[in-house]
Amino acid sequence: MEVTYREAMREAIREALQKDDRVFLMGEDVGRYGGCFAVSKGLLEEFGPERIRDTPLSEAAFVGAGIGAALGGMRPIVEIMTVNFSLLALDQIVNNAATYLHMSGGQFHVPLVIRMATGGGKQLAAQHSHSLEGWYAHIPGIKIVTPATIEDARGMLATALADPDPVLIFENSTLYNRKGQLAPEAGAVDIERARVHRAGRDVSLLTYGASLFKSLDAAAALAEEGIEAEVIDLRTLRPLDDETFIGSVTRTHRAVIVDEGWRSGSISAEISARLMEKAFYELDGPVERICSAEVPMPYASHLEQAALPNVERIVSTVRNVVRTHG
Amino acid sequence: MPSLGADMEAGTLLLWKVQPGDRVKRGDIIAEVATDKGDIEIEVFEDGVVEQILVEPGSKVPVGTPLAVIRSDGEQVSVPAESAGPAAPQRALSEMGPPTELQPPPRPAADRRPRISPAARKLASDLGVDIDTVRGTGPGAAVQRADVERAAETKGALREVSERATDRTGMRRAIAAAMARSNREIPHYYLATSIDLSATLSWLETENEKRSIRERLLPAVLMVKAVAKALGAVPELNGYWSEDRHQPQESIHIGFAVSLREGGLIAPAIHHADRKSLDELMEAMRGLIERTRAGRLRSSEMTDATITVTNLGDLGVEAVYGVINPPQLALVGFGKITDRPWAENGAVGVRPVVTATLAADHRATDGRQGAQFLEALKRHLQEPASL
Repeated sequence: MEVTYREAMREAIREALQKDDRVFLMGEDVGRYGGCFAVSKGLLEEFGPERIRDTPLSEAAFVGAGIGAALGGMRPIVEIMTVNFSLLALDQIVNNAATYLHMSGGQFHVPLVIRMATGGGKQLAAQHSHSLEGWYAHIPGIKIVTPATIEDARGMLATALADPDPVLIFENSTLYNRKGQLAPEAGAVDIERARVHRAGRDVSLLTYGASLFKSLDAAAALAEEGIEAEVIDLRTLRPLDDETFIGSVTRTHRAVIVDEGWRSGSISAEISARLMEKAFYELDGPVERICSAEVPMPYASHLEQAALPNVERIVSTVRNVVRTHG
Repeated sequence: MPSLGADMEAGTLLLWKVQPGDRVKRGDIIAEVATDKGDIEIEVFEDGVVEQILVEPGSKVPVGTPLAVIRSDGEQVSVPAESAGPAAPQRALSEMGPPTELQPPPRPAADRRPRISPAARKLASDLGVDIDTVRGTGPGAAVQRADVERAAETKGALREVSERATDRTGMRRAIAAAMARSNREIPHYYLATSIDLSATLSWLETENEKRSIRERLLPAVLMVKAVAKALGAVPELNGYWSEDRHQPQESIHIGFAVSLREGGLIAPAIHHADRKSLDELMEAMRGLIERTRAGRLRSSEMTDATITVTNLGDLGVEAVYGVINPPQLALVGFGKITDRPWAENGAVGVRPVVTATLAADHRATDGRQGAQFLEALKRHLQEPASL
């Protein structure tokens, strides 16, 4: 059946609420307003205000409350409106959620799930549009997942809730309206492995989130020129599935990373470093990266589009890498 | 001064066979050099004209020292005498058009790293391709995998027989399969004996004084010949274990293990080693080693050996306990000839001694025959005049 990414995510939350009494959703406008991206529309009516909880505009407070609930035996899903606002809760996420297991000598797991929107492209400007998931991937003690497909939107939440430790789910806001087929029996998926979406022999396109679809479009265009790009959805940024992307580069000998984050100190920098460390003798040329321009995200549509990775840039970069590197 | 062995640090130029102005072509012998391992002829690898001799006969110079300047055809005269490494082609300015991407890169000078991708470097090493000979077509004329593949194909077309001889991956795989099979199937037994070589070596010295540099004999020749003769006394060790039975062979073809500079080894056969004179054997071994390293073995040489001799003495090894090369029945190893205290007739003296070892297939022979073989080997080796 055809569903949107948003509906798949809502179904995942609904199923979690139905299956497990300990699960509840809280965040800004998740109840009466139905979520600022309308993911939780209808859930307040179905599950009531005890389990679909509107919070004050205080990220530190409600993320902290989520940590407390998780420690107390609940399975909270905390929604933060966008990744930019999550910075107000950095202390709770980095200093508390990520460290309790360690600081308690292994006594206290924090089975917390935090969902937040990330990414640009909807003209929401510099306070709502950044991609900081790569930044969070720096932190030991938390898992970072980036569902790009409908299947992952439907299936990653259940696996994240089953995880005894904190999992942060980054939902690229341009994906919510994306439609796709979902099998009626679709359910939990792993959050460990990257996935090869398209096989190819000439170059590996390593990406995640909304850039997956730009990369697939680019690969289709490149195929018409005779360049076969392998497209890999990383799916989980921490821990990275080195085996899959290094295996791919070992076959293609060339890598282009598409990352909506800023280039400096990005997850693409980390992947590039791992390729150098673990696949140096497989590389037939330098690793290329396509990232967002290092500016606060512009509001004007044409500037925003110019700042983000796009299909044309991916095509021309790959063409250059393949044509001049062997 | 070329490196004629991994442990060679310097060589002495003995004589020049060319003089300035002479035209030389690839493969010509242009000089003789004395090394720790013997006197070696120096081949030239380019066509051209000898422009200048840089090292005079009698001088000992370190490996890497330019010996002479050879001007390739089409090159400008006058390359500075102090230039290190292979002379870079120098063209007159008028000959040089605007640089284009297709222009071949200058041969990298010894002090400059070649521009080559890591994957291409690995592939070149796997395929046995010399990266200095590969023309790069990547950015800044970088050598990439496709360039190496092209170079390997060209090389493959020129190569006569043994693809495996230079394909290290393939060779490693072949060695792995044979050695694993050997250790899995063959119940090895090992025997060793120490042999006093004083008489042998002094005979060899006298013999060599009668010979020209090119004809001089190396101790390894005596060892091979002695093995061949000893096999005459114990023929059960010569041949194969095949189809679950012992199949001794009449012909004695000695596989002589040659290690390759780029790794791996081949043990090509010296056919009818027992019937060859020492000089013929020396000639055969020289040719075999040369052709093995050049990857130009004949297929019969690759497969006919009925026993293998390996000599690791030049690496300082005292004794070799080898793995039999199936389906052969035995492997004879020689270590380094060293001066050792030696008791004889109630007195201790210092003698040059070598340890000879036998690894043999216990399915085919027993320790008694092995011992008889080593005894015969010792006897023959100590009577070099009858070899």
